[in-house]
Amino acid sequence: MARNILVIGELDGGALSSTTAELVGGASRLADGGQVSVSLLGGGASGQTGAAFAAGADRAFVNDDASYDDFRSDQWVAAAEEAIDQSAPDVILIAQTIVGRDLGPRLAFRRDTAVAMDCVSIEDSGGAFRATRPCYGGNAQATYAFATSPAIATVRAKSQEPLDPPREGASGEVVELSGAGASRAEIVGREAAVAEGLQLQDAPVVVSGGRGLGAPEGFGLVEELAEAIGTDKAAVGSSRAACDLGWYPPSQQVGLTGKVVTPDLYIAIAISGASQHMAGCSGSKTIIAINKDPEANIFKAARYGIVGDYKEVLPPLIEAVKNLD
Amino acid sequence: MHFVVCAKQIPDPETPPSAFRIDEANNEVIPAPGISPVLSQFDGMAAEAALRIVEAAGEGKITVISLGQESAQAAIKQVLAMGADEGILLEDDALQGGDSYTTARTLAAAIEKLGDVDAVFCGRQAADWDMGQVGLGLAELLGWPSAIIAKDVQIEDGTMHVQRVLADGFETVALPLPAVVTISNEIGDPRYPKLQQIMRAARKTVNRWSAEELGLDPSTVGDAGARLKLERLFIPELGGDVEIMEGESAEEQAQNLATALREAKVL
Repeated sequence: MARNILVIGELDGGALSSTTAELVGGASRLADGGQVSVSLLGGGASGQTGAAFAAGADRAFVNDDASYDDFRSDQWVAAAEEAIDQSAPDVILIAQTIVGRDLGPRLAFRRDTAVAMDCVSIEDSGGAFRATRPCYGGNAQATYAFATSPAIATVRAKSQEPLDPPREGASGEVVELSGAGASRAEIVGREAAVAEGLQLQDAPVVVSGGRGLGAPEGFGLVEELAEAIGTDKAAVGSSRAACDLGWYPPSQQVGLTGKVVTPDLYIAIAISGASQHMAGCSGSKTIIAINKDPEANIFKAARYGIVGDYKEVLPPLIEAVKNLD
Repeated sequence: MHFVVCAKQIPDPETPPSAFRIDEANNEVIPAPGISPVLSQFDGMAAEAALRIVEAAGEGKITVISLGQESAQAAIKQVLAMGADEGILLEDDALQGGDSYTTARTLAAAIEKLGDVDAVFCGRQAADWDMGQVGLGLAELLGWPSAIIAKDVQIEDGTMHVQRVLADGFETVALPLPAVVTISNEIGDPRYPKLQQIMRAARKTVNRWSAEELGLDPSTVGDAGARLKLERLFIPELGGDVEIMEGESAEEQAQNLATALREAKVL
């Protein structure tokens, strides 16, 4: 069934975010002949329309205004409403980011409709739009249909495939949105809390340690393995239990309330695999588990495993990885 | 100052995955035997945030509201034991079931009925459905500003200062009251009530309001008013199909793993 889809795009450092490209790609498959629109808000937005068309969009709603670079709910809702009024979407897709977590529900209630949050699958089945999302801390998944229109879904990163190959040189319609409105919330301070170098969500490999390390010193070996794989490839994560014990910074927490990572390779060391942790890493392409307990839940999700003490396994593994090249 | 804390009773999220079962015919979670339902952990943190503000100011009233069945009294009592002043249970056959929309609509009606509320504190998400939209829905229905995923909240001269957790750091946002804030685990563990507080909580007032008392048309709340239709609830296949590395020694296992990863072009 042909349907119009609006993707609320995001810019990352002034460029179309990779998740936006994924959502536009997913939208172009779901549209089935309908129109795919994308909104681009923030400094540099005008220069990203070509990237959006290449990613699969037919039309771009643009406001090249740096006041959108920081997320303010009131301004983003107003811009999204303008794009909705002009594109009459059947479905609205938003990334499950700090923007989407706020904008999705705000927009759904403003437009008197419904949103499904943190979806890992969106599909057309029997002519109806359906969304599937994890719940119960990742123990279960739920599939929803929508009783109201437009249907809104916030979508987890890497759950949709971008167009491959992109439609290089494709053109589309550019519509300028009117000026950014007022915001009741005022941003009065900002503090960066990031690990140096490669960021957890961007890393193709994540090496994580858990409570089973037994002591904060255990992260030394975890970090060594990440370094052996390559500081340009691997980042270090931690389970919530290890963060709560103060063994590793909360900014590196992988899980339901920490970061959701979807690397090509996730190496879980001395992590039992509680559901709330798996909610943060189950989208990884390949999971490796190293754990003393052969019954640990993590082995159910893993592709490769070693049953053993990390203190004995990691030193030779670090050497073996170094010798791979 | 009058604060509202929204509290939900949920199946214990620490239930081990092996004890987690679903009744697929009815799309329901089957309560794990011997594991009692609990106050959603983030709602306890929301109560903690409100209590810290009242303590710092030396004045203020906290009302805890729960939408649920009779058993949700336990969640209300827990927040009362932490130090909240009054409880309201929104309990009515017409209010049962439903989705984030009907939940926000029902809670908003209760907050409007209270009339003098300065701020609403919610958990960042209920730790069962993990949606994270009721707080924002309340803000939208009440016409109030909001900030989500807070690790610290202060109130001064009619302005709420919220330190929010971002992907790459923290941001402080100033909101005019009345406002809604949702609290994340970075705020720290909620206080544990002492026996004396638990006994005192037993004597605190818990009112019950029905859909009619809230002025809500039964067709707009509960299952009848839900906009998201749950079609299927299931336990996903983790599908790891794990290959355990053999080997006489840790060295051999490690070497076999590195080799397997290279052969699979994973590393």
